Amino acid sequence: MKKILIALHGDEVSPRFDQTGEAWIGTIHDGAIMRRRNVVLPQASSEGLCHLAVTEGVDAIVCGGIEDEFYQYLHWKRITVYDNVIGPMEQVAQAYMEGSLAAGAVFTEGEQP
Amino acid sequence: MAHAPQAQPPSPPQSPVNTPGKGVTGGITPLLTGLLPQSVAADALLDSLPFGIAVLSAEKRIVRLNSRAQALLGVGDEAHGLPCYHVVRSARCLRECPVPAILRSLRATQDEPAESGSCRGETAPCDTDILDRQRRKVPVRSCVLPLCDPAGGAVGYLEVLEEATCPAPGLPQQEEGSSMEGFIARSPAMQPLFSAMRIIAETDSTLLITGETGTGKDLLAEGIHKASPRSGGPFVKVNCGALPEHLLESELFGHMRGAFTGAVSDKPGRFRLAAGGTLFLTEIGDLPLALQVKLLTVLDDQCVHPLGATRPVSVDVRIIAATHRNLEAMVREGTFRQDLLFRLNVVRLHVPPLRDRDGDIPALLDHFLRRFSASTAKSLRGFTPQAMKILCEYPWPGNVRELRNVVEYAVHFTTGDMVDISGLPASILAPPAEALPSGGDGSAGRTYTAPHAPRPPEGQSGQEPGQPEQATTPPPAAQGVSGTAPQEQQTFRTWQEKERSMILDALARTGGRKQEAADTLGWSRSTLWRKMKQHALE
Repeated sequence: MKKILIALHGDEVSPRFDQTGEAWIGTIHDGAIMRRRNVVLPQASSEGLCHLAVTEGVDAIVCGGIEDEFYQYLHWKRITVYDNVIGPMEQVAQAYMEGSLAAGAVFTEGEQP
Repeated sequence: MAHAPQAQPPSPPQSPVNTPGKGVTGGITPLLTGLLPQSVAADALLDSLPFGIAVLSAEKRIVRLNSRAQALLGVGDEAHGLPCYHVVRSARCLRECPVPAILRSLRATQDEPAESGSCRGETAPCDTDILDRQRRKVPVRSCVLPLCDPAGGAVGYLEVLEEATCPAPGLPQQEEGSSMEGFIARSPAMQPLFSAMRIIAETDSTLLITGETGTGKDLLAEGIHKASPRSGGPFVKVNCGALPEHLLESELFGHMRGAFTGAVSDKPGRFRLAAGGTLFLTEIGDLPLALQVKLLTVLDDQCVHPLGATRPVSVDVRIIAATHRNLEAMVREGTFRQDLLFRLNVVRLHVPPLRDRDGDIPALLDHFLRRFSASTAKSLRGFTPQAMKILCEYPWPGNVRELRNVVEYAVHFTTGDMVDISGLPASILAPPAEALPSGGDGSAGRTYTAPHAPRPPEGQSGQEPGQPEQATTPPPAAQGVSGTAPQEQQTFRTWQEKERSMILDALARTGGRKQEAADTLGWSRSTLWRKMKQHALE
C-alpha cells in the first residue's frame, strides 16, 4: 500500500510547490488506485503542503519546482520527492503505479510551433 | 523592440554564415531578414543579449531560450515546445499571467491609428522570482512583450528575465570602509588584495584564488565577476569536489543525446552555460586527474568537447579557480598536474585568514550582528566588553564563516539587548588548542593557543545532558553580566528550550538517525522518542 500526493495546477502537476493550492492524494495497492481525493488548501504555501503530506503519511510527492529547504525536509521525513515533473495528473499517477516515474519526467507533448 | 525585424522562414542560402541548417542542437537555425542586407542568425543575436530571453509562440509555448535563460532556468533545448509556465516557473506565471492583459490591451487599441509594424500591449516589468532546476528561488525582473505581425496582431511573445541583484529589503546596506561589494575589510592586510582586484577585474586572465576555508574565496570570485566587463554575463559556480568523476565531466563539458545510458537529451554543460560570463571552479584541488587533462585542453583551445560530440564547441568563458589546498604540495605528491597549475596560476590572489586581519573582527561582528538582528527582528545593540574580548582573542580557524555562525547563534540565544558571554557558543569559550586547518599557501601545522576564556556554563554545551536540574533556574537578566560569574549564566529561558535544542542538534548531526542521536545524547532510544513527542518533534 502506497500513498502518493500530487501537487495540482488544474489537472496537471503544479509547476511550483509553493504556489500549489490543491493536491491529489491517492492510495495505491496492487497497481490500482484504491482511494483518491482532492484536497484544497486554504492558501498556497510550501509549509502547508508539507504539513499535509506528513499528517497524511504519504510515501511520495510529485511536483514541479520545489525549494531545496522543503525538498530536504521531506527527504528527512522519508518522503520520496519527484520534482521537476511536467504532465497531466492521471498520466503521472499511472507512471508512479508502473514504477516508471522519475524526477524530471515530462509527460506533456512538446508541440513544436 | 517595436521596430525589430520579424523572424522569417529561412531564406535561400547567401553565405555559409546565414545558410539555414542544423544548429548545434540539431534544430533549424532561425534567421532575421530585412534588417541588414544579409540575414542575421537569430540564435547568435539572442545569445549575445545580456538578459535571459524566452521566445514564446502565440500558444505560450517555448520556441527558443537563449543561453542566458538556459543558465538562469537550468534547462536546455528539451524545453522547446513546452508550456511556458512549466519552464519559466515564475511566481507571476501562476498568479497573474501577463498575456491576457497584453491581448486586452492590443484589442483595445486595435482601432486606433498606429505606425506600420508597431505593436502595443507591453506590460510593465514585474519583480518576481523563479524556481530553477537546482531548487533555488532566484529573484528576477520579468517583462513580457508581444511579438506582432505587420498588422499589429500578436504572433508570439518575448519574455525578458533579468536576475535581480539588489539586496533584500530590510537588510543593512553596504558599509563604509569596505572596498568591495560583500567584503567587510578595513585591515591593511586586505588592501593589497583590493588593489590587485581592481586591475584583475578588467582583464580576462585565468585567476587562481587561494586561502583557508571560510575566508571568502567565493565572495571574491563573484566580486571580481561583478566588477569585470563580463558582469552582464552569467556567473556559474561548480564545486569540483562535490560530484563523482563521471558526473562532473558531464556537468562541466555537457553531453550529447545518447552519449551514454540515461543521456536522453543534449546537455549544454556548465562551460557553455557560462558563455559570455565567468566559470568559477571551486575546490579545484579536488578535481580528478582525468578531468584535469580535459580542463587543460579547454584552457589551451578555448573550446569544449561534450561527451558524444563529434566536434568541439567554442566557449567564451573566463575561468576563476579556487582552493584551500596547497597545490604546489599536491604537484609534488603527484595528485595535481603541474601544467594545469601553471595555466591556472596566471594571476594568483591569496585571501588572508581572519586572524591576520587586524581590526576586521569587530567590524565583521558588528556587520553580522546588525544583519541577523534585522532578520530576526531583534534589537541588539552590540557586544559586552567581556564578550568582545573573547571574540577578538579567538583564533577563528573557520574564519569569517565561523564568525558569522557564532554571531547568528548569539543573536538567537541572547535575551537582553547586548550579547554577553552566556550568548556565545561553548566552542568559542573553550576552543581546542590543536593545530588549525592548513592554509592554501603552506601555513600548515601552525599552532594556536586558546585564550584564557571562562568555562562554558554547565548544560550549555550540550555535552552534559544528564544534569537538567542545574539549568532549570530562570536566566538572570542579560544586563547583569558584569556582576555575575559566567558559570552561573543561563542561555535558555527554560530547560525545555534547551532540551529541544539539544534534540534538534543531535538529530541534525546524525542525519535524522534516532538511534545515533539517542547515543549522542546519552539517552535510550525510547527516551529520545518520548521527549521528541513531548516537544512535538515528530
